[in-house]
Amino acid sequence: MTTSLRRKVVFYTLLTLTAFLVFAPTFIAFMMSFMSNQEIMTGQIIPRSLTFDNYVQVFQRFPLMQYLLNSLIVSLLIMVGQLVISSLAAYAFVFIDFKGRDLIFFIFIATMMVPFEASIIPNFHTIRDLNWIDSYPGLSVPFFAMAFGTFLLRQHFKQIPKELKEASEISGIGDFKFYLTVVLPVAKSSLVTLGVYGFLTSWNMYLWPLLATTDDRFRTVQIGLRQLQTQEQLNEWGVIMAGAVIVVIPTLVLLFVGQKKLQQGLTEGALK
Amino acid sequence: MNQVALPFKQIEANDLERMTKKQKRIKTFKGFSFLAPSVLLFSLFLFYPLGRTIYLSLFLTNSSGITTVFVGLENYQNIFLSPIFLKSLQSTFLFVLYTVPGAILVSLFLAIIANEKLKGIGFFRTMYASTMGISTAAASVFWLFLFHPTIGWLNQLLNVIGVAPIGWLTDPEWALISVAISTVWMNIGFTFLVLLGGLQSIDYYLYESADIDGAGYFYKLRRITLPMLSPTLFFVITVTFINAFQTFGQIDMLTRGGPQNETHLMVYSIYQEAFMNYQFGTASAQAIILFVFILVLTIIQFKLGERKVHYQ
Repeated sequence: MTTSLRRKVVFYTLLTLTAFLVFAPTFIAFMMSFMSNQEIMTGQIIPRSLTFDNYVQVFQRFPLMQYLLNSLIVSLLIMVGQLVISSLAAYAFVFIDFKGRDLIFFIFIATMMVPFEASIIPNFHTIRDLNWIDSYPGLSVPFFAMAFGTFLLRQHFKQIPKELKEASEISGIGDFKFYLTVVLPVAKSSLVTLGVYGFLTSWNMYLWPLLATTDDRFRTVQIGLRQLQTQEQLNEWGVIMAGAVIVVIPTLVLLFVGQKKLQQGLTEGALK
Repeated sequence: MNQVALPFKQIEANDLERMTKKQKRIKTFKGFSFLAPSVLLFSLFLFYPLGRTIYLSLFLTNSSGITTVFVGLENYQNIFLSPIFLKSLQSTFLFVLYTVPGAILVSLFLAIIANEKLKGIGFFRTMYASTMGISTAAASVFWLFLFHPTIGWLNQLLNVIGVAPIGWLTDPEWALISVAISTVWMNIGFTFLVLLGGLQSIDYYLYESADIDGAGYFYKLRRITLPMLSPTLFFVITVTFINAFQTFGQIDMLTRGGPQNETHLMVYSIYQEAFMNYQFGTASAQAIILFVFILVLTIIQFKLGERKVHYQ
């Protein structure tokens, strides 16, 4: 009885302490976004009075709305593109038996060994030659094909009984119809997992949007934040933090809602 | 396979053969059409550019990336003679050395204490996972303030305990360590989530039978938890390794490669060489070196993880 109580005390102490440390940078940023510049400069911790001034300022002085819209469009495009293209590929790997399948499968594995940075220079030239600099396709299309997503979905498609496929073949249902009406609905939860993952990573992308945009009309929020930081000359921390908080909120919410699913998906990616 | 669909009349042997051949062709066609979008995109944005990078690395180029003079392996020779690139390699290895064990040990500790069945544990898990939802750019902004020489919290804390302030991002002795600290923090969310998933998939029965034998907490940790977790641990280590080699955003936001090139990591070096100096040839050679590092790491992961990684 006493040992279990002591154990509880030890664990709760450790948990609270570490959670406090891990969350501190985020918490501080949140607090600062509600503080006046004077309060920040004098080293206040808790704001005396909540002011939304920083938020008003950041929207007034920067095209933050445009950045947010761009990020939303690009992330949704990448998410949908990845879901469609990965699920089609995963379908072929599970349900269609044909010559050359193993070779293509090997090609998919090989793609995981090539870091994006190794192909970024020619990719930049390709996008430039296609006139895709400062455009949504230029920001999204290079990320549509995805080996990780294909493997994750393949793992789930495999659990669909083969008899179902045979029965549908007998009643004359074609592959594409079977894919649309049976496979996709059954694998809905893994599609959601992959979707959340795709959205998160696209929203947070940094290097490619930095190269592929030169114009505020197409810049994403991450690059917007970079602009904000360099232009503000580090004097108005409240405004910068307000911008950072706005950038972080959509992904934090998505993470909190989809944490369980994401964790399952990532673990499966690690183990299967 | 599809005999039911065949006509009931007697079928000649070679007819049957022709049918199955035709069916095979249809299947192949179907298979390729489902895979075509992926294969096309991989070719255009991954394999072609990889080949092109190798090709570029053997040339000098003009500022728009058109090859001018074939120089063979000279670009490679030059970068390995360049003190800046050698410094960059050294910094990258040091950075890997700081961030990989740092992120793994912290996350492993957090995952172990967050795997206890306690009331309200979900809250703590969410806190730990939270850094995964924070982008590199935003996290860099957070840390830029914490590292601020006068109003930043870290120096204020040092001030309270009577230690002289540190130039976290401006002192060549500290800059790489500071960037590494912020990177470990950014990585915690992802590594924690994966490790927690690994811990939760360990069969509870193992612990029950250890309990019957009267095993203590640390004994179970050493003899059950860590060995059972090793495949997940291995995966996370490789991913963190590869991520460390690919670090760019926090460098660009926090230090721009400075002070005195202390934080001039490989990807930042490639970026500068290609998109600021327009030296696409040498930049490509550097990119190929990076590719080789990551290739080797991935192959090691596949080989050593083979028993656990079943793709086929």
